[in-house]
Amino acid sequence: MELTRRNFLKFTAATGTIGVSGAVRKASAHSGKPVSPDWLGVLVDTTVCIGCRKCEWACNNVNKLSEKSITEFEDKSVFEKMRRPDEKSYTVVNQYENPNDPQLQYYVKVQCMHCNDAACVSACIVGALTKHPETGAVHYDPWKCIGCRYCMAACPFQIPAYEYQNALTPQVRKCTFCFDRINEHGGLPGCVEICPVEALTFGKRTNLIKLAREKIAKEPDRYIDHIYGEHELGGTSWMYLSGKPMHEMDMERFGERSIPSYTEPVQHAIFKNFVPPISLFAFLGIIMKLFKNHDEANAEKGGTQ
Amino acid sequence: MSSHNVSAYPVEKKFFTTGVKILFALFGIGMGFGLYRFINGLGTVTNLNNQYPLGMWIGVDVASGVALAAGGFTTAALIHIFYRDKYAVVGRPAHLTAMLGYTFVAIGLLFDLGRWYNVWHPALPSMWQGNSVLFEVGICVMIYLTVLYIEFVPIVAERFIGHSPKWIDSILRFLDRILDKIMWIFIILGVLLSCLHQSSLGNLMVIAPYKMHPLWYTPLLPLLFLVSAIAVGLPMVIFECTLASKSFGCRLEMEVLTPLSRIIAVILGLYFFLKVGDLTIRESWGYLFEGTYQSNFFILEFILGIVVPLVMLLMKKVRESPWLLFTAATMYVVFGVLLNRVNVFFIAYRPKYMTEPYIPAIGEFAVTIGLIAALMICYRIIVTIFPILPKVEKS
Repeated sequence: MELTRRNFLKFTAATGTIGVSGAVRKASAHSGKPVSPDWLGVLVDTTVCIGCRKCEWACNNVNKLSEKSITEFEDKSVFEKMRRPDEKSYTVVNQYENPNDPQLQYYVKVQCMHCNDAACVSACIVGALTKHPETGAVHYDPWKCIGCRYCMAACPFQIPAYEYQNALTPQVRKCTFCFDRINEHGGLPGCVEICPVEALTFGKRTNLIKLAREKIAKEPDRYIDHIYGEHELGGTSWMYLSGKPMHEMDMERFGERSIPSYTEPVQHAIFKNFVPPISLFAFLGIIMKLFKNHDEANAEKGGTQ
Repeated sequence: MSSHNVSAYPVEKKFFTTGVKILFALFGIGMGFGLYRFINGLGTVTNLNNQYPLGMWIGVDVASGVALAAGGFTTAALIHIFYRDKYAVVGRPAHLTAMLGYTFVAIGLLFDLGRWYNVWHPALPSMWQGNSVLFEVGICVMIYLTVLYIEFVPIVAERFIGHSPKWIDSILRFLDRILDKIMWIFIILGVLLSCLHQSSLGNLMVIAPYKMHPLWYTPLLPLLFLVSAIAVGLPMVIFECTLASKSFGCRLEMEVLTPLSRIIAVILGLYFFLKVGDLTIRESWGYLFEGTYQSNFFILEFILGIVVPLVMLLMKKVRESPWLLFTAATMYVVFGVLLNRVNVFFIAYRPKYMTEPYIPAIGEFAVTIGLIAALMICYRIIVTIFPILPKVEKS
């Protein structure tokens, strides 16, 4: 839906109703919010991945998601149709055709992207979702959550899933970036630790971008010249290297503007130091007073109205 | 408030009519499904899924409920800020509708929230989240609901002063005296809060630019929501006054409703031009003919909900005829606003990985209908106890 975005920019440019649009475009990569160079990330090389689904199994174990045995994760028939992460699986791997080599396939691991300027964090009514300042993980606190599911409507990657069958303590479930593990020095996410072919590289996001560039420069025939997640929607912690465009492998083609930059400027403009609401209050008060005087004058003149 | 003397009386009619019995039955069915949802979880009663996290309860019970309760602040502004005294007669019914409307928005929300017992969290300063559009909507609705109840106190005082035990009497007299002096603050506050949250409600879906159908997705959504809410307040008053006069036999105040409909035509005209201008500037007219269910819903909303009522209201004959006016008002209420909110919250929402469009389950319909029935029962009870409606006409 690039149309919408283009129309939006055209619209704001044409009318100037939202004075911030210019600023938003300039700061598109980070939307004005601080981005720490120390934030962690994972570089997924979709050309290296062999689709063994060990990461799915490790994720299931680390996060205690289900009782499934390892043999269930060895089943390759799941690749017949596209799967999405849900409340019982934080990550899934999908298979795609490789135009360069029909014998080999591309595999795309899908999970929470841990956006730099995340839509879910901006949407959350109580701050149950936060961007962890040290690691950059998008962290969920079920004790704050009221279960409104607005984060799910906001997420452009459609990642957060909900425990609709849980009556009393349903949670929003998504990849945690193995928060408890990576928050300790030297800890690795479960999926990265188990990957047998090093398709997943864990490290500081800034270093991963350098690494990705080197890989592309070294093997320009293997990769397209694009790091998915470097700039998309203001940048994401998880990024992808691929042999064909990611939007041909069920990832959406996004602009560089972060999602919160669509709503937050409007929201902040309305409440800027509470000046607009107080002004409107005063304005209505003056109108009330004027009409009241007018009303009383009429009543005196005309007696009964 | 005292400057607007309203002659309103409690309704003296048999309470348990067939209509009321049907309402109780609908309420009972709805609460059956509602109870089932609280015991067994959202998934057992609703068709919500990971692709469609927001459904009928948000689109109808909450978003439409807030819009259709706008009659409270529009009439309050008209009567108490612009001092249009002749409309005072519709002020109390409109206020009651708003008070009950918002109360049921809050109740309806509890059915939808996964952790409904945490509904008070947004009121805790430690959990305030100033970036969240939903937070602003939530906090404004909470305060506004309180304001609506405060504004109802003088009506309680009018009914019970002189008809209650001494200590209650003196409390009511005390409250009435204080409120009489400071009521203007609450009236302005109510209008201000309404403008804020009615528009922010439109900003809610601006956060999903890649999921919304371009016929509805526009940065103007907050403005469109605000204008359509202001425009729907008065048609709701007409809708409600007509129904009340039919069921209770009180006089239909055509000398009030006819000039009211002129105001509606102006605001509705503004809404029409905003919609047309928005589609034109975004060059989105082409999507009208794509033949998807979204484009069909948009055409339905635009023609039946905006063009037809606008054209009708521009005709003098319609404005002066009780039934034609009722028809025009109802068309805008149902197709122009109710359908618009449903459209924005889940028809326009078409996420990339959806497998099939969301269609509300029977349980979702039952709960929504049950809540509307409960609202009508409460309305019926309150107009029986309190002086809300004008005097019954002697035939």
